[in-house]
Amino acid sequence: MDLSSDLLINALVAGLLLGGFYAAVTLGVSISFGILDIVNIAHPAFIILGSYLAYLLNSWIGLDPILASVVMLPAFYLLGSLVYGLYHAAFERHGQESLRGLAFFFGLLFITEVMLILGFGVDYRYVTAPYIGPNLHLGVLDLPLRMLVPCLASLVLFIGLQVFLSATFTGRAIMAVAQDQLALRLVACSPTRIKRIAFAISIATTSIAGALLIIIQPVEPSIGRDYIGRVFAICVLGGLGSLPGMLIGAMLVGIVESLTSTFYGPSWAPAVAFGFLLITLALRPAGLLGR
Amino acid sequence: MGSWAFLGVCGAAAAGIFSAALLIGNDYAFFAGYVVLQFIVLAQAWNILGGYTGYVNFGSAAFFALGAYAAVFLHKLYPLPLPVLIAIGGLVSGLAGLGMGYLTLRLRGAFFAIATLAFAVVLQTFVVNWNYVGGARGAYVIRPDSVWLVGSYVHYLFLLMLILAAVAVAIARAIERSRLGYGFATIRDDELAAEASGVPTLRLKLVATTLSGALMGMAGAPFPYYIGYVQPAAAFGLDYAVNAIAMPMIGGAGTWYGPLIGAVLVASLQQWATVSISSELSLLVVGLLLVGFVIVAPAGIVGLVHRLVRVWASARGRSKSVEASAS
Repeated sequence: MDLSSDLLINALVAGLLLGGFYAAVTLGVSISFGILDIVNIAHPAFIILGSYLAYLLNSWIGLDPILASVVMLPAFYLLGSLVYGLYHAAFERHGQESLRGLAFFFGLLFITEVMLILGFGVDYRYVTAPYIGPNLHLGVLDLPLRMLVPCLASLVLFIGLQVFLSATFTGRAIMAVAQDQLALRLVACSPTRIKRIAFAISIATTSIAGALLIIIQPVEPSIGRDYIGRVFAICVLGGLGSLPGMLIGAMLVGIVESLTSTFYGPSWAPAVAFGFLLITLALRPAGLLGR
Repeated sequence: MGSWAFLGVCGAAAAGIFSAALLIGNDYAFFAGYVVLQFIVLAQAWNILGGYTGYVNFGSAAFFALGAYAAVFLHKLYPLPLPVLIAIGGLVSGLAGLGMGYLTLRLRGAFFAIATLAFAVVLQTFVVNWNYVGGARGAYVIRPDSVWLVGSYVHYLFLLMLILAAVAVAIARAIERSRLGYGFATIRDDELAAEASGVPTLRLKLVATTLSGALMGMAGAPFPYYIGYVQPAAAFGLDYAVNAIAMPMIGGAGTWYGPLIGAVLVASLQQWATVSISSELSLLVVGLLLVGFVIVAPAGIVGLVHRLVRVWASARGRSKSVEASAS
């Protein structure tokens, strides 16, 4: 009894930490898919790219992975800006974003993955940092620092973005672009420019999410695929366009996945997110805190 | 030409191709040809949903693998002839397509696309955990050496896939010219308007997902016999999903000949590049081609040719009128 309740508490806490990390992974999609209506399914591929860049900086000059990802932020912002420019010029401007835009992002996902395989092979890569390895013991709780640090970093990122979106002019313009583009034009603000900034921010988050991912687990090019279902499930579960809803969704998926892998085995965990996605789509398509 | 007559033409073309392959007599021609044919079926299947109806399926690999694993399961359970396995593979994948469409198609198109991606991951999880069909280790399928009437088993596989490809092309053309096809097109062009003018959109979409899934499953069922050893990572490979999208998009989605052209060109290119360069690089080429065509030539090769013909015709018309006015 005691043993299993310990196990349960540990699984719950591990799930919360995992959920915190999932929030960082999903943040970008919440912006691009939830607010801008751009179905960027290549998002997880950019996250893996972020992991590999953090790995490179870590193995070359021993830079801390999170610090490395912060250094890479401008590069990812630029990349996002370029991708949006291409997307807008080729599809959005003509109103043909649905089918061809999806194929475009799918192509990007595939190209990124194959390039990473060509560059690094399919071996698992990992980073070294002082907080990878040791555990924090609190009574019956075992807190692995390699989970705790990403969770905290993710929460900082989440709070930062939430404040940015609700308190600054640009942030509020980003929220407005989803609701009324004409009104945005009336305050002399170009919707395209705002969308470009927002999309670039969503790609910039993948730099940090990628570094957090490679702290948590070793990375190889194709594991991004596991995150596609998860990321969109969390985004839909929380309600499109709602960041707090997304955080709750991430925590829920994290906890259920952690319970599943503790009590049924880790190989079943990927199915959890899909179950959530299907149930949400069937029962409440607007999500938990949907607009 | 009527649809049945066209099926006859496809059959005749298939017979011609098979005898030509027999004349070459090289087993590699059958091995490589099988892959090209398999991609013709996959491309046509994707096109039914993606090209005609406008709903993107990223989970082609899942439907393909479902057919393959249905065959593995039955192979272990009770030996059945391959055509029966193909039919059952089609049935299973068709049902999966129906279920998935029912759950997601009442929402916006993007949800369907995402759900197909997630569906592939989950199905792979189930297969990895299912020891009876080999789990993560994979399963060996030992194929007989020869088959009654056809001879070599590779020839038999090639012939079956050839028939399947001919049928898939004929089905696609028949759909394009039927009420069903017009219904699909209204959904693709303006779903709201179609719904408002009384087109039973949900039912039509379900027909499309079922048909498309069934064809993919049928393409997958002989796969274990072709490759001899199936492992989840191979059957669920992203390259199937990418190829199934890239081929119709490159050839020209929404027509029956576009996917045919795209599949023959891209699959042959891949076969050649895999042998002479490397398989990773050949996949990269497909990805780049997909993105390039989607951006530059949205209607694919077929669209490019149409555009060229129009330019040429108008140029000729102009020069004629110039001549007429000069004389």
